[in-house]
Amino acid sequence: MAVEDAYLAYSRFGLGPRPDDIAGLRGSAKAALIAEISAPDAALLNDPGLTDSVTAYAQIREIQKARKLARQAPAASDPSMAATLGPTANIDRNGKFSLPGVAGAQQLMQAEIAARLERIRTVPIGFVERLVGFWANHFAVQAASSEVVRGLAGAFEREAIRPHVLGRFSDMVLAATKHPAMLVSLNNATSIGPDSPQGQRNGKGLNENHARELMELHTIGVDAGYTQADVTAFAKILTGWSFGQNQKPPADHGRFTFHKQAHEPGPQTVMGKLYSQPGIGQGEAVIADLVANPATARHVADKLARYFVADLPDPALVDTLAHTFTRSKGDLRAVTLALLDHPASWAAPAKKLKTPQEFLWSAVRALELEAKPNFIVRTLADLGQPLWNPPSPQGFKDDAATWLAPDAMAIRVDTAELMAGQAKGAGDPRQLASDVLGPALSPETKTAIDRAESRGQALALLLMSPEFQRR
Amino acid sequence: MTRSPIRDALLCPSRRVFLAGSGAFVAWAAMPKHSFAGQGRDPRFLTIILRGAMDGLAVVPPVGDPDYPALRGDLAIGTGGYGKTLPLNSFFGLNEAMPRFHNLYQKGEALIVHAAATPYRDRSHFDGQDVLETGMTGPKASQTGWMNRLAAVMPKGDGVRPVTGLAATATVPLILRGDAPTLTWTPPDFRPAGADTVQRLLDLYAQQDPELGKILAAGIATDKLAGDGSNPVKRDNGVAASFRQVAAGSAKLLLQDEGPRIAVLSYDGWDTHANEGAETGRLSGLLAALDGAMTALADGLQPVWKDTVITVLTEFGRTAAINGNEGTDHGTATTAFLFGGAVRGGRVLADWPGLKPNQLYQNRDLAPTTDVRAILKGVIRDHLGVSDRTLTAQVFPDSIGVKPIDGLIT
Repeated sequence: MAVEDAYLAYSRFGLGPRPDDIAGLRGSAKAALIAEISAPDAALLNDPGLTDSVTAYAQIREIQKARKLARQAPAASDPSMAATLGPTANIDRNGKFSLPGVAGAQQLMQAEIAARLERIRTVPIGFVERLVGFWANHFAVQAASSEVVRGLAGAFEREAIRPHVLGRFSDMVLAATKHPAMLVSLNNATSIGPDSPQGQRNGKGLNENHARELMELHTIGVDAGYTQADVTAFAKILTGWSFGQNQKPPADHGRFTFHKQAHEPGPQTVMGKLYSQPGIGQGEAVIADLVANPATARHVADKLARYFVADLPDPALVDTLAHTFTRSKGDLRAVTLALLDHPASWAAPAKKLKTPQEFLWSAVRALELEAKPNFIVRTLADLGQPLWNPPSPQGFKDDAATWLAPDAMAIRVDTAELMAGQAKGAGDPRQLASDVLGPALSPETKTAIDRAESRGQALALLLMSPEFQRR
Repeated sequence: MTRSPIRDALLCPSRRVFLAGSGAFVAWAAMPKHSFAGQGRDPRFLTIILRGAMDGLAVVPPVGDPDYPALRGDLAIGTGGYGKTLPLNSFFGLNEAMPRFHNLYQKGEALIVHAAATPYRDRSHFDGQDVLETGMTGPKASQTGWMNRLAAVMPKGDGVRPVTGLAATATVPLILRGDAPTLTWTPPDFRPAGADTVQRLLDLYAQQDPELGKILAAGIATDKLAGDGSNPVKRDNGVAASFRQVAAGSAKLLLQDEGPRIAVLSYDGWDTHANEGAETGRLSGLLAALDGAMTALADGLQPVWKDTVITVLTEFGRTAAINGNEGTDHGTATTAFLFGGAVRGGRVLADWPGLKPNQLYQNRDLAPTTDVRAILKGVIRDHLGVSDRTLTAQVFPDSIGVKPIDGLIT
């Protein structure tokens, strides 16, 4: 049993085994997972090469301003005249603007992805990283929604998600809700109370996108019984939750601020309860109630069990996670431990299809691949799961109904061949199969790998074997 | 803030990135040719889903409604100093980003239904799309999509092989999920994996994991069917190109003798909460891209155009009034389009509910007066020969009170 559990620790709860991992695991698999989540600051990613969101926002604004100036200049359409635009601005042949020395959204994101890749390659099991993946997707920002979100998506994960994945859910909701990337992605930064001073002055008004998704996706779920009136009232309550942009003081730029001038004054009723707090306290009170609502516990428990264990998890497991969430008041360390403690988490057959990200991370680890960030970006996009850029605020799904599709599988084969061709460091494929598939390696897959016509083909067959595709 | 999301999405210019980033997807179900045995007809039926809730009032503005300009403010195209519209009739105009669709309308090959909605009223994208795709009256009522159930009941003609679904996307949309098998396809980017490796994998799956084997075999077969697997098309950037490319590829597959006959295309990006840009900007750009995709379908399907019907649907509409950000929030009724050589077009069908506050649904949205299922039932009955009874029993359950609209098909 020990070796089966060791395999599950890596494949079901972690990022997949590297060649020496399964054989090298000492003690119980569960103890190893608990040790990983118990290491101090296990979830944080403080790479000195990464940029915090305040600085990133300032850089993006600087580039946006310079770009605007450059485009307004008559010479902008003529690349050869770019030199006259200023000492630093640069427009390349494709008309793409850059400021040398100032990292823009794309460079910021590449640095963030490079840091993740390094963490994925080196972390012993990767259970904490899988938790980060779950929560960052639960509070999904869409990089495609704007340059600012793209440039801040990685910082969002590091600042709003990682500090709380083993902490309190309520802290994570607040951190995510107040982060500029989320405020832009779901438009709350520009939602203005119609009766607020600013609303009265310029006729701007409400944008209910963030309020709706906070209820539907982040907390209680779509079936929790709220109405349009509740959404509208909550949207009014959230007006003023924004961040410093152009206005004074500059010290606020890129930081959450409560803009009193944009906040809808007066009490509001949400789901039958009156909220008459002044200012930001009103929204915080609603969020506290949403977090404490039993529907949130169910919503989170169900999603978490599906993500780690099975598309149709044992209801007893979901019940236990929901009870733990409620009893502990959303203590995510307690919920995570409950997941590890429940027999159903270990007993479910290894039939869950890996998502594209799970497939790619486990392949990189199995082959000890020196993949470049560009390769990761492109491959994830090809496979349909680009990092921090889901097609909707709902985030990516993780079920077979989504990913087990003909074209998706054909692309996986293409990807597997590509990676197999790059895996210079991987040893004998037959040994590798036994090392990373451990007790799951079937005689059929072993035979197929033994009979492969080349090393590259053997590695591709290993990556595409049913036991590597499912976990 | 949400201006130009597509351009910003292009972090990495690979073909599939770009299809995923712009949310352009195709899926379809195949059926044997000569489906109408002895009638010499071999009809094509496509659905285009616009995900994110398209603002019908900005696409087909009711320029003749006196309450329209005030509600829309700066978005009130077709009035006064704002953007122009292309004339449809004395009451409705068409957003001028769609000149080629307007051509089809003038030729009598395009029809617009206004103030249309599914039975869903609660303004969640995900539940709204669920209802649109399952054809049920409420969300989460079915694991199968109405087009898949349609594939199961379509007349089989001379053919004996089962109707098969085929999807030109990495994933199968709910509308095509179900018992009828579904294939998927997107324009190839990589050099396809070595045929020998694929064959070995198929052998391995056959012994060990038949589910994976079936799916992979379908994916490989579909790349061959599309015909350009060994010769990837030149990369092309931009939302318009991606919309068009998916449409052109679909048309090519739908023309094949043994190819699909019903198909789904899906285009994302219509959730215009801020800076909607109905005149110039985000919505206008999306409409121009849609107009291009429509043209690609009309051109590509020319040999079978007279037997083709394409519907364009979205999960719901948007608020009648603009919100605080020159955008619109989630609403209720919107427009649906029908086009194709078999459409009796050149008309706007609308039981117009009006735009006065008490005429709006919950004082905020364009009120629904036509059920999308009535449109679909009319089209499917008259174009594909599926009886009203079968439609109500199997394709759109609980729609007994929803009568098919007559006279949509020539």
